[in-house]
Amino acid sequence: MDELLKEAFAGRRRAIARLISLLEDDEPSAREALARLYLRAGQARIVGVTGPPGSGKSTLILQMAREYRRHGLTVGIIAVDPTSPFSGGALLGDRIRMQALSADPGVFLRSMASRGSLGGLARAVSKVVWALDACGYRRILVETVGTGQAEVDIARLAHTTVVIQVPGLGDDIQALKAGILEIADIVVVNKADLPGAERALSVLRTMLSLSSCPSSGWQPPLLETVAITSEGVSGLIGAVERHMAYLSQSGRLRAREQMRVLGELEEILREELFRRARARWGEARYCQIVQRLMAHQLDPYTAVEELLKDEA
Amino acid sequence: MTRKPYRILIAKPGLDGHDRGAKVIAKALRDGGFEVIYTGLRQTPEMIVEAALQEDVQAIGLSILSGAHMTLVPRIMELLRQQGLGDVLVFVGGIIPDEDIPMLLELGVRGVFGPGTPTDRVVAFIRQELAAQESQWTSC
Repeated sequence: MDELLKEAFAGRRRAIARLISLLEDDEPSAREALARLYLRAGQARIVGVTGPPGSGKSTLILQMAREYRRHGLTVGIIAVDPTSPFSGGALLGDRIRMQALSADPGVFLRSMASRGSLGGLARAVSKVVWALDACGYRRILVETVGTGQAEVDIARLAHTTVVIQVPGLGDDIQALKAGILEIADIVVVNKADLPGAERALSVLRTMLSLSSCPSSGWQPPLLETVAITSEGVSGLIGAVERHMAYLSQSGRLRAREQMRVLGELEEILREELFRRARARWGEARYCQIVQRLMAHQLDPYTAVEELLKDEA
Repeated sequence: MTRKPYRILIAKPGLDGHDRGAKVIAKALRDGGFEVIYTGLRQTPEMIVEAALQEDVQAIGLSILSGAHMTLVPRIMELLRQQGLGDVLVFVGGIIPDEDIPMLLELGVRGVFGPGTPTDRVVAFIRQELAAQESQWTSC
């Protein structure tokens, strides 16, 4: 592990890739690595990019990466796609649009499957973010599909969340969970050259003004891009960087970090506490409780009191 | 699921015009529980090897229709070795004349699948080869 970390910190991409696999697979050896990665991490800025399928996310991320590279920043990209609940497999196709970046040693692109546990996804992604951060990538772009809770979780680990929409969704935009817009620090209408762009912009403008939070000090800008021609991309990068500056200057960065750290700590604590307690209770006792619950001989609250009484 | 999914790269080196076959295999592998990184058309050997490296795949499936396999495959195998990826299992599918198969196997390719090979046979073969390699390592 020492060797592997040394190579990874020196920027050897094979070692970085191996390290990411160990973290993703939750290998026991990864625990030791996590400790060292976390201590080294903290320099990178993380941008979450989310939006429906067909919104051109991958192409937009490609252009964002190129723009960052023009400014001399190294870029890590994590592209997340859903695992099939039936087969456990996944089709990870984000590389198709981004393969042009593979010639650039300053870009590391990793495709990740959600592997079924949506709650655990954010944690798995955050480990990979730590790894890329610790290995020197200064901007980390995390791409997700944007269909639900997982995205909200991932938005918590990003400094800046960019939500992408496309024209032609019409009234479907209304169906676009207020949740998604709420997590947006920046909203982008991509494929802005298509008919319906004006309408999309106007609907989004209304929704944004309705959900605006005057106390927060940051009004999410509404931007237009045409990713395939890279039109609007430097404006998008400008907005991202402005948001990051705002976070630092306003003290929001610290507040968010604290929230994130607390959330993460508590989540891991909860899991570990439960795991240990469950091991102490033993399967037999646990199953017995479940049986009694099923037979309505016991209610869940009393069951918990019983289990915890032994802990005292 | 007892083990983590295998990761496999499906790539089309060279100038093939369409990727129907590659997509069919990619989907079959996904349905077989693999995580498939699909890179699309017109990949250079360098792009393929770099992707394999970053994605830390256990196997690579090359789909070649153009007849350029005798230049593309040796180049890819060489690059893989150079990058320390000699352990990655390589399979080739597409239009490969029978007389070229022995040469490909000699280069280190693990299996060659012509058009019309049933996809479940391909998936089973790949899984078998990967499992065999894995048990080789764990028995050390």
